[in-house]
Amino acid sequence: MDILLQDVGYSYAKDTPFEKRALHHVNLHIPSGSYTAIIGHTGSGKSTVLQHLNALLKPTEGTVMIGERKIEEGTKAKNLRDIRRQVGIVFQFPEQQLFDETVLKDIMFGPLNYGVPEEEASRRARELVQQLGLPEDVLEKSPFDLSGGQMRRVAIAGVLAMEPDVLVLDEPTAGLDPRGRREIMDLFYRLHVEKGLTTVLVTHSMEDAARYADQIAIMHGGKCVVTGDPVTIFSNEEQLHDYRLEPPRSVRLQRQFEEKMGIKLDAISLTEEALAKNIAQALQKGRDAE
Amino acid sequence: MIEKMIFGRYIPGDSIVHRMDPRAKILFVFIFIAVVFVANNALTYGILLGFTLFVVFLSKIRLYFLVTGLKPVFILLIFTFLLHIFFTREGDVLLSIGFIEIYEEGLRQGIFLSVRFLVLVFITSILTLTTSPISITDGIETLLGPFKRVKLPVHELALMMSISLRFIPTLMDETGKIMKAQMARGSDISSGPVKERIKAVVPLLIPLFVSAFKRAEDLATAMEVRGYRGGEGRTRYRQLDWGFKDTFSMALLVGLTAVLWYYRT
Repeated sequence: MDILLQDVGYSYAKDTPFEKRALHHVNLHIPSGSYTAIIGHTGSGKSTVLQHLNALLKPTEGTVMIGERKIEEGTKAKNLRDIRRQVGIVFQFPEQQLFDETVLKDIMFGPLNYGVPEEEASRRARELVQQLGLPEDVLEKSPFDLSGGQMRRVAIAGVLAMEPDVLVLDEPTAGLDPRGRREIMDLFYRLHVEKGLTTVLVTHSMEDAARYADQIAIMHGGKCVVTGDPVTIFSNEEQLHDYRLEPPRSVRLQRQFEEKMGIKLDAISLTEEALAKNIAQALQKGRDAE
Repeated sequence: MIEKMIFGRYIPGDSIVHRMDPRAKILFVFIFIAVVFVANNALTYGILLGFTLFVVFLSKIRLYFLVTGLKPVFILLIFTFLLHIFFTREGDVLLSIGFIEIYEEGLRQGIFLSVRFLVLVFITSILTLTTSPISITDGIETLLGPFKRVKLPVHELALMMSISLRFIPTLMDETGKIMKAQMARGSDISSGPVKERIKAVVPLLIPLFVSAFKRAEDLATAMEVRGYRGGEGRTRYRQLDWGFKDTFSMALLVGLTAVLWYYRT
């Protein structure tokens, strides 16, 4: 499902003394099946953009097209449910949304709200718990008895259980340990590929953006200033610097390596694995030349 | 909607009302609440309303904002107004449609009560809108100071108050956040049939309580870690300063009372 933001502006608490302009003329196209990362400094409007993607916020200027649906300032709240089923959002710290007696019921909450039969919802819950690497017996436990990391996984399962076409992730791994981060991000990527999801990732982590995304949008001061593919975006360090961002660790290490060794690697290394491969290649080439 | 609510909010500003000593403002509000009951006829209620609007004007807070922010209060207001209209049966009948009869006294009482209510809500809102929670607490603590002699835990009371005021906006924001998260899971409290909406309250309230308790615990720990031991021997960074405008506001209040007393019947 394509999502298209055209000239979107948004002000919080419009017409009050607390009015705060969060977005100015944002244009962004999220093609169906793409993995788009939205990066930007704190307060750049990333999270506000995200809430437009399933009409939790309606633009105060411009239009948002979600599939065939057009969302504008005056769009009625009716019939937005359908959009919200198709576009699932995993909010930052999603464990805050857990409430039900058991993990099973909590995961089933979303699907049941959208009229999925009980058996099917329960089947999805069991499957997801497994996919997310949670022990089977967790299903009958209270979500409040789990560890922080497990609660996070349960909350994510609650969103995935709705089987959305578009998955929007707002810093889904903030506050998790490195291994948990990697596991969850890999799972999202697997789902993205296997189910052909359209994924939007809002993140501070340049590493995640570089590793997974095929399109990157940079937000700065409430504007979407640049969109492009990861290679172009992360090659232009000056531009990143202007928007108070840094290239991912692997690129920084590559630059240091190049400076120290006086050789230029063939390609930009978006991941540690790519860096290792590029360095190995360069060394091999050097050896061949000797 | 939630972001438009103004209970307990503070709008920074530099009007004369903002700059008043919080003690003066608190005293003013409490005396004013009593004075409101002096009014008992059209003229005196009119004076009260005029006086209140004058205070709103001085505070430089837009009347439009005040009115939209207090929308929930108006629902209550209309409700009490209707109650009075339909259930007071004194004086002449003004209008009768079927079994509904509206009496002169009912209308009078309805209007007076609404004005009284409105004036009280406006003045108290102006207090919280123009005074930061910290100043309010400081003011109350000093005003209650004398009661320390009778072992009233004044400092603790003031602290409790400031903490609850401080957390109103935080909890509001949090409500908004959780509401959105549940909306994204297909449970919508702000639209749909009433039955569905009532069902949507549980997924909202439980996470809210959980996080409120967690916050309380975190706050208690943070205070203890920083060596908080209550008000004993604690000095203040902000000094209260009672100036001419504060004395003047008190005089204004005395003047208002005198005028109301003179014109009441």
